Amino acid sequence: MDEASRSNTRFLDRPLNTTSRILMGLAALLVAGAILAPLWQIRLEAPMYEDPLLMDIYAHKLESGNDGQDLKEINTLNKYVGMRTIQEADFTEMDWMPFVLGGFALLALRAMFFGRIRNAVDVGVLFAYFGAFSLYRFYYQMYVYAQNLDPTAPMNMEPFMPAVIGSNTVANFTQWSYPNWGSALLAGFIMLVVAAIWRSRNESHNAS
Amino acid sequence: MLRHVAYTIALFAVLLTGCSSGGGGDDTATSRAEVPIGEKDSHYLFYSGGHSGQVFVSGIPSMRDLSRIPVFAPSPGHGYGYDDESREMLGDYTWGDVHHPALSKTDGTYDGRWLFVNDNAHNRIARIDLNTFKTAEIIGPIPNASGNHGSSFVTENTEYALTATRFSVPLPKGRYAPVEDYEEEFNGIVSGIAIDEETGSMGVDWQILTPPFNWDLGSTGKGPSSGWAFWTSYNSEMASDSLEIQASQMDRDYAAFVNWEAAEDAAEDGNYTMIDGVPVIDPAEAPGVMYFVPVAKSPHGIDVTPDGRWIVAGGKLDPTAQVFDFEDVQAAIEEEDFQGEVRGIPVLNYDRVLEGAVPVGQGPLHTQYDGRGNAYTSLFIESSVAKWSLPPWTDEEKEDLSQVVTDKIDIHYNIGHLVIGGSDTREPQGDWLVAMNKIAGDRPLRTGLSKPETSQLIDISGEEMEMVAESYTSPEPHFAQILPADAIQPDQVLRQSDNDHPEAVWDPEEAGITRDGNEVTVHMIAQRSMFTPDVIEVEQGEDVTIHVTNVEQVADMIHGIGIGEHDTSIIMDPGETKTFSFSTEETGVFPFYCTNFCSALHQEMQGYIAVRPSE
Repeated sequence: MDEASRSNTRFLDRPLNTTSRILMGLAALLVAGAILAPLWQIRLEAPMYEDPLLMDIYAHKLESGNDGQDLKEINTLNKYVGMRTIQEADFTEMDWMPFVLGGFALLALRAMFFGRIRNAVDVGVLFAYFGAFSLYRFYYQMYVYAQNLDPTAPMNMEPFMPAVIGSNTVANFTQWSYPNWGSALLAGFIMLVVAAIWRSRNESHNAS
Repeated sequence: MLRHVAYTIALFAVLLTGCSSGGGGDDTATSRAEVPIGEKDSHYLFYSGGHSGQVFVSGIPSMRDLSRIPVFAPSPGHGYGYDDESREMLGDYTWGDVHHPALSKTDGTYDGRWLFVNDNAHNRIARIDLNTFKTAEIIGPIPNASGNHGSSFVTENTEYALTATRFSVPLPKGRYAPVEDYEEEFNGIVSGIAIDEETGSMGVDWQILTPPFNWDLGSTGKGPSSGWAFWTSYNSEMASDSLEIQASQMDRDYAAFVNWEAAEDAAEDGNYTMIDGVPVIDPAEAPGVMYFVPVAKSPHGIDVTPDGRWIVAGGKLDPTAQVFDFEDVQAAIEEEDFQGEVRGIPVLNYDRVLEGAVPVGQGPLHTQYDGRGNAYTSLFIESSVAKWSLPPWTDEEKEDLSQVVTDKIDIHYNIGHLVIGGSDTREPQGDWLVAMNKIAGDRPLRTGLSKPETSQLIDISGEEMEMVAESYTSPEPHFAQILPADAIQPDQVLRQSDNDHPEAVWDPEEAGITRDGNEVTVHMIAQRSMFTPDVIEVEQGEDVTIHVTNVEQVADMIHGIGIGEHDTSIIMDPGETKTFSFSTEETGVFPFYCTNFCSALHQEMQGYIAVRPSE
């Protein structure tokens, strides 16, 4: 490695400054909070429902509106088009996702107490990978549900792709899918991590 | 000649201006009753359905029909009278005669919990739950009571629904006495139907024996008249035949002023005789329980004002509304200012307790209040409603009480009862008045020999009454109650957690058929768009009981079961479990199907009861 690139990466070994450490602490709080917060919401609207059917996706559970009755209703409707029953047990990621989020909180705390900029960068990179993987996984599950329709179902319907972000219309239903406030916590987490790196990196530049 | 011309011109002027102002007024008045498509009414109107045995529910101000609550008569559309529970409630009767609905109260105002209705024919009383809009309980026939007309009048805190009999018979019921011995052998009854504060469940607590007058209408006291109830009667003559003539001889009939708290005490003190299992108080032996007050000829309504001080009786055959001052009533009782007694019951001094007789017009029946010091009396013979001011009156007004009548409006035709929301409470709503009319005449589209009943909505918020809407109903509303829409939040589904039917099943895995000897029990689930199980194999001569649960938790997702050539119509509202039974008398295969359109595949929602010959 030549001198130029070495000096470009040298700042990674510097300790985080106080502001950055505070930012990492806050980031740890946000990601820990996201363990208990709804991450995504799916909403189904149709003329005969006074209140839309709601499904909230958490890191550790699937919760639906009207004391859980909305999920039963969605499954009753899915039966008509031959979509597989949606149930919490199918979401295996709910078994490990809270631990991963907890891990990020610990990594952020580690960076806060002992860390160098390098540690904060590791947290950010790992989280970007985790976020991208989770989004893909969510997209893939939606795809699998709506593509594998039972051919013996009462209604024959072309397989379709439900909205992951935004809305999609299927028969008399408009399906909305969008991040819930738990995702805002996660977005806040990554922004705080980047800000922490930025603050300490700028300081390193000024110092040198 | 000149004068003639002047009259003609004046007449033209009246016709012209009358037309233009009348027409313009009508337009704006009618629009006040308009509820735009997709929007909701502001009030519920609960009509008694008369001898249909139902309660009709409409919205105010649109007067649109909302629903019917079957009470004393089967209703296949509601599955009422076909499942075990409602069949048991109906008992041996397929009809009843609902006259006077009464909303439950707390502190003298409507609390939106229950609606009580009477059955004039079979002497029953029913309680409708306003959370579900379903009949929750029917009790009766009430012992010793015959013709439960003066009913149901609910006390300030729903301690009692108080009832009085239209007919008198020899007591206990089932005893024979010649009708010519009417005066000696026949008796009327006032009943205290106690209502459980928590559950609303009803029971006959005590009764008061009365002379064989025909008790008509009543109301309960509040404020100064708290603890009292009032009924008019006709036939103080105690005639037993040709009542139309025989019961209209005396210029005055008696109203009963009943201290129900004193009756409660008498029952507690053991001052009664048990007749047919009910403690019956003889008011001659229990002083302070009942007083008589003379009222003008054949009165109908007797209504207590919102402040509880004034009691107004309509004369029916006398063109006045008589106003009694309850403060004077109390003074007269204290001073024993009686003008006589009937069978040991004191008759209060009429002149002492009467505040005045307001000449409202021909055929006054029934009076309601707006809470702003005005009274509104229906005039059957005159086909109108009179608006007049309650006391206190000035000396000048007392000289000529026709001055307190401030407005009149024509009704089409022959008004019976009228209702203002909350008139029987401390806080009348005072915005709408509904006239319930007995004769439709040729006003609606012709419907053959049978005519609908008419109802007319009158805006009473201004100085002058204005008619804003009319509607037609099946036979036959008598009285009604009005409740602001926001006073109740009825359930839209029965939640799974609130379904307490012991045989409810929610998981198709638990549905199925079990046998115990000759008894076949089916636990069935109804859910879009199938029954589980949908084939029921039985043997001829087996007794089948089906517990069917509609597991839907979505509003309006109603399923039904109709069985071909079996007299069965079951309706399960979302979340409900219904039980019904039949025995398989004939072999064959009987299709059953969902009767209430539920989904795109409703038509496919069916099954078979296959009855094979017994081995």
